[in-house]
Amino acid sequence: MFYRAAGTFKTSYAADMAFYPLPVSRRALAALLVLLVVLPPLFASDYVLAVLDLILVAVVGAVGLNLLTGNTGLISIGQGGFMAVGAYTAANLIVRAHAPFWIALPAAGAVTALIGTMVGIPSLRIRGLYLTIATLAAQFIIEWMINHVTWISGGIQATIQMAPPVVFGYSVHTQAGFYLFLLPFALVAVIAAKNIERTRLGRAFIAVRDQDIAAEIIGINIFRIKLIAFAISSFYAGVAGALYSYYLGIANYEQFQIDVSIDYLAMVIIGGLGSVTGSILGAAFITLLPVVTRRALEAISGLLPAGLDVPGIVPELRLCLFGGLIILFLIAEPEGLDRLWRNVRTYFRTWPFSY
Amino acid sequence: MFDWTFTLVLVANGLLVGMMYALIALGFVLVFKATEAFNFAQGEFVMFGGFIAAAAITVLPWWVATLLAVAGMVAFCFGLERVVLRPLLGRPIIAVIMATIGVAALLRGVATLAFGPGTRAITLPIPDNPFFIGPVMLPPIDLVGAVVSVVFFAGFTWFFLHTRMGLAMRAVADNQQVASAMGINVRRYAALAWAMTGVVSALGGVIWGAMLGVDNQLALVGLKVFPVVILGGFESIAGAAVGGLIVGVVESLSAGYLDPLVGGGTKDFMPYVLMIAALMVRPYGIFGKVQVQRV
Repeated sequence: MFYRAAGTFKTSYAADMAFYPLPVSRRALAALLVLLVVLPPLFASDYVLAVLDLILVAVVGAVGLNLLTGNTGLISIGQGGFMAVGAYTAANLIVRAHAPFWIALPAAGAVTALIGTMVGIPSLRIRGLYLTIATLAAQFIIEWMINHVTWISGGIQATIQMAPPVVFGYSVHTQAGFYLFLLPFALVAVIAAKNIERTRLGRAFIAVRDQDIAAEIIGINIFRIKLIAFAISSFYAGVAGALYSYYLGIANYEQFQIDVSIDYLAMVIIGGLGSVTGSILGAAFITLLPVVTRRALEAISGLLPAGLDVPGIVPELRLCLFGGLIILFLIAEPEGLDRLWRNVRTYFRTWPFSY
Repeated sequence: MFDWTFTLVLVANGLLVGMMYALIALGFVLVFKATEAFNFAQGEFVMFGGFIAAAAITVLPWWVATLLAVAGMVAFCFGLERVVLRPLLGRPIIAVIMATIGVAALLRGVATLAFGPGTRAITLPIPDNPFFIGPVMLPPIDLVGAVVSVVFFAGFTWFFLHTRMGLAMRAVADNQQVASAMGINVRRYAALAWAMTGVVSALGGVIWGAMLGVDNQLALVGLKVFPVVILGGFESIAGAAVGGLIVGVVESLSAGYLDPLVGGGTKDFMPYVLMIAALMVRPYGIFGKVQVQRV
């Protein structure tokens, strides 16, 4: 949103706290929202819509992880496990109790928040790297539980069929339908995170991240704040996991293994730690990476050696790009895509007098 | 009726496997001691070392292939330190963690692209017949691995206690700024620590590769490193050995006693359960340095 800020005088605290102080940016945002709702379902192909759907799910999960890792400074390698908890909670509620989505999704979030809080309990004593490894342990333990406790997963295949969500009497099953179903959740997730950041709680998160002992001295109960961060982040993860399972039509633990946890960490890093906008950009970036890799390979397939198995090398090439890009961002642009986006904005806002 | 022989067999095998875990964990601890870098790619280092050895062993004698793997991994680790980790000095821990995760992904991708997706074998001149001590059956490859591991632990302990370079490395590990003020080239010793990790990882790759076969799955032994180093403490070499032994025995016992009860797979996460329990009692591991934070 490129605009020139000049002559704006704030006369109230509410005006000072507003996300978008200028009417022009509010209108631009509203227009963007309308476009987001209207354009893709009307004009995009099913393939594009499917990619957009995946991005929307990833946005929910990445925004949640960023609250924990970016804002509170607790590195979690358990996001995939938490998403699995949400997915299986929702699946069980749907299969056993025929719960509608407006019960299944919050319930998935709540159960995951509970589990996440339990995982956060060791943070009472341990911190930093040790806590990171504890979340990795949680990932493994959750995976094993889902795989071996038949009450949760209904058998060794660990797959549960999920009925499609029914919204206002319509059963959602097309890509466009899922787009419209997922978009509000992603929007709510983003708006909620933006607002959490500006509350006392959000400030406390940042204080704990920057200097936890100093935070304690100014009256923040560190342990409580860390647990709340785990709870909120896990709530997001649980909802994301349930949404993803709705989208797939099945809950399957293989969709939530450790590589998923690492993908989400990468989204947060590449997007920008502690930035909601960054989470959105990072989620889109990491989701698009395999798609773009495949497209690019197909585009240059004439130039490649004849015997090359192009679809076969896409996963490996994606891994290479994934690893390389993470390293590149860490070294060259540690603040991530969010910073790049702000640079572009600042450039245009101050152009042609950039000083 | 408790079966003592069965338990003895499990413990003995656990100890041998534990020594080999300790060897990999040693690579991790060396780097952490000198540079405080938390290496998430340790398993991938082992895998890559194994791949180099497995590719070389098809045309060269086994000891040349092993030396080649060691040389390759040392060169790789030098390069990694220079290109990736040096620019990240002084940045928050998450930057280093993510960088090594990135390296891990890169290595996996490159390994499969370069060496193909199939499983390769490393054949060492070691007899297949198991070795018996009373009722306890010991696979020879495990025995060789354990011996290599013991030799390396003894070697590194001697190096750190009795050589000038070892003393300098301990000084760097203790306090980088003071070491630097005393005229120690901190960066050089960081590079040296990474090179040592390269040596240990390549040997680990050859031994583990000979046991399990070399493919992408070999990197999963890296996941065993975390409980080992947490139980032992991140910066303790003795801790890596003790942690390795504990993890090996716990794994072996849970595979023997728990798996039949709950339907398998406990071996992979029991070390983590133990690790969390240990962390609640001693948050810095058994041999870890207690960190005092200042505001």
